[in-house]
Amino acid sequence: MGKSKKVPGLNTSSTADISFILLIFFLITTSMDTDRGLAVRLPNPPEDNQQDPPKIRERNSMIVNVNMNNQIMVTVAKNSKEIQISELRELAKEFISNPENNPDMPELIPVELPAPFGVQPITKNHVISLQTDRATSYDTYFQVENELYGAYNDLRDELARKTFGRPYRECNEDEQLACRQYYKCVISEAEPRKYN
Amino acid sequence: MPELNTSSLPDLIFSILFFFMMVTSMREVELKVEFKVPSGTELEKLERKSLVSYIYIGKPTKDYRAKLGTQSRIQLNDKFADPSHIREFVMAERESMSERDKPFMKMSLKVDKDTQMGIVTDVKMELREAMALSVVYSATQR
Repeated sequence: MGKSKKVPGLNTSSTADISFILLIFFLITTSMDTDRGLAVRLPNPPEDNQQDPPKIRERNSMIVNVNMNNQIMVTVAKNSKEIQISELRELAKEFISNPENNPDMPELIPVELPAPFGVQPITKNHVISLQTDRATSYDTYFQVENELYGAYNDLRDELARKTFGRPYRECNEDEQLACRQYYKCVISEAEPRKYN
Repeated sequence: MPELNTSSLPDLIFSILFFFMMVTSMREVELKVEFKVPSGTELEKLERKSLVSYIYIGKPTKDYRAKLGTQSRIQLNDKFADPSHIREFVMAERESMSERDKPFMKMSLKVDKDTQMGIVTDVKMELREAMALSVVYSATQR
């Protein structure tokens, strides 16, 4: 009695080391990379009772052809020419919007659009069709897709700036939807040709 | 000289640890193919990782080259696969999702730049058949 016993403190100096090891373990096994990518929507699967695809008037279709040597050829209303990837975006933008009502570009059809657009002449029936070869490189294909989607995004952005006074990405959802309907994205991909 | 008080050091490290556990996700698969994704400008961020399934296409890594050559291959989960396995893969991925999320399923294609389109198109055809129509071509910002 009398002599009070002092409980020795637990030695915690190694807890820091232990948690460091845990921390390093998590740093190694996990990934923080935010995945980015080009979002596309594939068409529905082809149906068995194949009917002929709907006829598209020549002026309404733009055919982008990428061959096995990664050369790009664009056909609008029977005029074909070989182009560089850097020219594609401007060509596509002109094709989609047809600002001068060129008879070799898609017809402008008045369509009822959500406010504030009302009835506007747009190239409702235009189709961009992308054809590749089985030997085309994925990189070229991706760059072409990137430029085509870029053309739509540019046009929508210009429209949003003109109408709402701010860039497309700062518009609210209704405004974005209206812009998307104004320039509706129609990119069709044919199955690549096989050369035997 | 008084000693530095380190008694709060473990707590500090633990909070960093928890931070990392929150913001990161476990690496799910061991990559058996090499790929360098292309770079683009019109990219979107993939917001919810739980909705995304990955398909990798590229050359087999060094360990597998002796057996499989350098032709581009598809990897699903942990295994090499053929295009014909994709439908099964999509079904399984869809099954593992909650009912509410199923319509929003996205397939992220991580494809090597130098791959030829043939194999990519085969994969795309299979995805169409499996009704997995939302596709993201993984890429880096240019």
